[in-house]
Amino acid sequence: MTAVFTFWAGLHPLIQGLIKGLAVIGVMFPIGGACSLVERKVSAWMQGRPGPNRALPPWLAWVPGIGLLQRLGLFHLMADGIKMFLKEDSLPGHVNKFYFLLAPVVGMIPALTTVTVVPFGAYFDSAGQMVPLVLANLDVGILAVFAVGSLGVYSLILAGWASNSKYPFLGGIRASAQLISYELAMTLSVVPVFLMINAPGGTGTLSLTDVVRFQSGTSGLHGTWFIMTMPLSAVVFLVSLFAETNRLPFDMAEGEADLVGGFHTEYGSMKWGLFFVAEYSHMLIGSGVFTLLFLGGWNPLPWVPLQTVIGWLAHLSPLLAHPLAVGLISIGIFMGKVLFFMFVFMWVRWTVPRFRYDQVMKLGWQKLLPLAIGNLIFYAIVIAVLQK
Amino acid sequence: MAYTVERKPLTLLERIYIPQILAGMRVTLKHLFAPNVTMQYPEERPAIPSGYRGVPTLVMDPHGREKCVSCQLCEFVCPPKAIRITPGEIPPDAPTGHVEKAPKAFDIDMLRCIYCGLCQEVCPEEAIFLQNQYSMTGYTRAEMVNDKARLYELGGTLPDQHFKWDKKKAAAEHGNAH
Ligand code: SF4
Ligand code: SF4
Repeated sequence: MTAVFTFWAGLHPLIQGLIKGLAVIGVMFPIGGACSLVERKVSAWMQGRPGPNRALPPWLAWVPGIGLLQRLGLFHLMADGIKMFLKEDSLPGHVNKFYFLLAPVVGMIPALTTVTVVPFGAYFDSAGQMVPLVLANLDVGILAVFAVGSLGVYSLILAGWASNSKYPFLGGIRASAQLISYELAMTLSVVPVFLMINAPGGTGTLSLTDVVRFQSGTSGLHGTWFIMTMPLSAVVFLVSLFAETNRLPFDMAEGEADLVGGFHTEYGSMKWGLFFVAEYSHMLIGSGVFTLLFLGGWNPLPWVPLQTVIGWLAHLSPLLAHPLAVGLISIGIFMGKVLFFMFVFMWVRWTVPRFRYDQVMKLGWQKLLPLAIGNLIFYAIVIAVLQK
Repeated sequence: MAYTVERKPLTLLERIYIPQILAGMRVTLKHLFAPNVTMQYPEERPAIPSGYRGVPTLVMDPHGREKCVSCQLCEFVCPPKAIRITPGEIPPDAPTGHVEKAPKAFDIDMLRCIYCGLCQEVCPEEAIFLQNQYSMTGYTRAEMVNDKARLYELGGTLPDQHFKWDKKKAAAEHGNAH
């Protein structure tokens, strides 16, 4: 065990980063894929159907208990993946080829870049200091997420424009208008959180880790999660998140009912698949950021931070207080919350019908934006009084 | 008559959407755990109610006589012209020779049939019935045309209340005109 650690510490930081990055991608992609299956299953169950439950490779049929996996539709996931890779990758004749091929790639880049600044767990070093598990612990964390994350809209605009046909074009236009309008409300809604954690006189920070650190207290204000002290911010952020990730009830850019498939109408096989992986990655990162900002990150309960729980567990077995175990526990708690939010995304999708385009715009500019501004002013005053 | 639907202005709670959405989410969550309402089709089959109008078939009477006398009424009444009958004679020395006629060929094109049941309704001999079979599949157009043999195979034997032609034969042997 120690040999592994010393070997790891001896590696060049670049190689370390590469391995960590690949590990994160290696976790994110399967989750993204699994989410597409869960989406199908959840929608089916909500509609009183059993959902995908047929696919089973014949050479596996003898394995006992495989029927359960079959009924859960696990092999449909693989069948879908294989289909996506092996399908004819058609390129319509009327598209602008370079940008048409570029668009799905551009979609993936922000999705995979933002994940580097999102911490997903923590452990405690020998001095009892919290060390976050994150690919790049930038001090501008949330800004980086917003800045890079909003680049994702270029992929939709590019796809819509390069497709050179009506429906994708309309989808691209809607995407740009919608994403820009909700960006404002989203950014403004998190400002109070950072006003709170940046006490006057201290060093300023925009790091997501510090938000979680602030929520890791055991008593008083420090133990609360921000969803309790700033519910309005949380709601505005969540609603904007739905709009930013293009999920129902805000999936104007796709809108099967009126735009066929919106920006990805002309796409097929894996190019289409990339758009969907990107959408699910955005959802994952969005849920992650929401969890970090408003739900206490990897702390199991309000006023019961990770450190306390680890203290209890250490009584059971000192092995559980090992940084490796602590890291895994914290990742587990964090992933639990994130996956719950992925479920909420699906839950809302199959509950609320799509808004009309003008309603979406109205909601964004006339309701959420003033709400976010009012909320910011209110909390600015409250925090000024509190931190005087 | 003109009818005006009165639209009440939305209350504040309705306008902020959230309570409505939460109520909706409660409904969908309940459905998430409710039992499925669908049927696992090829394994489970629906119960066919009596009077169901499935694929039209030809039937025999309990003595094994084909009931159709190729009067061609069904062919004439069939709205999409799905039925083609070639009438044929029964040789007088056959056991059922007194019936005189039977179809030589009887084709129902199931790509045309609209399952209206008019053929069953019009048939004076109660020879054609729309029975329980509801799934017809084939790889070619020719496969979707049911010929006479197939129609009798699908139809089988149905009970008969009258034995009309046996009575006619008995009456003729007794010297009655009818
Ligand atoms: S099925 Fe009935 S209606 Fe049709 S030809 Fe035969 S006897 Fe006549
Ligand atoms: S059911 Fe109607 S359409 Fe079909 S064969 Fe009989 S009369 Fe023709």
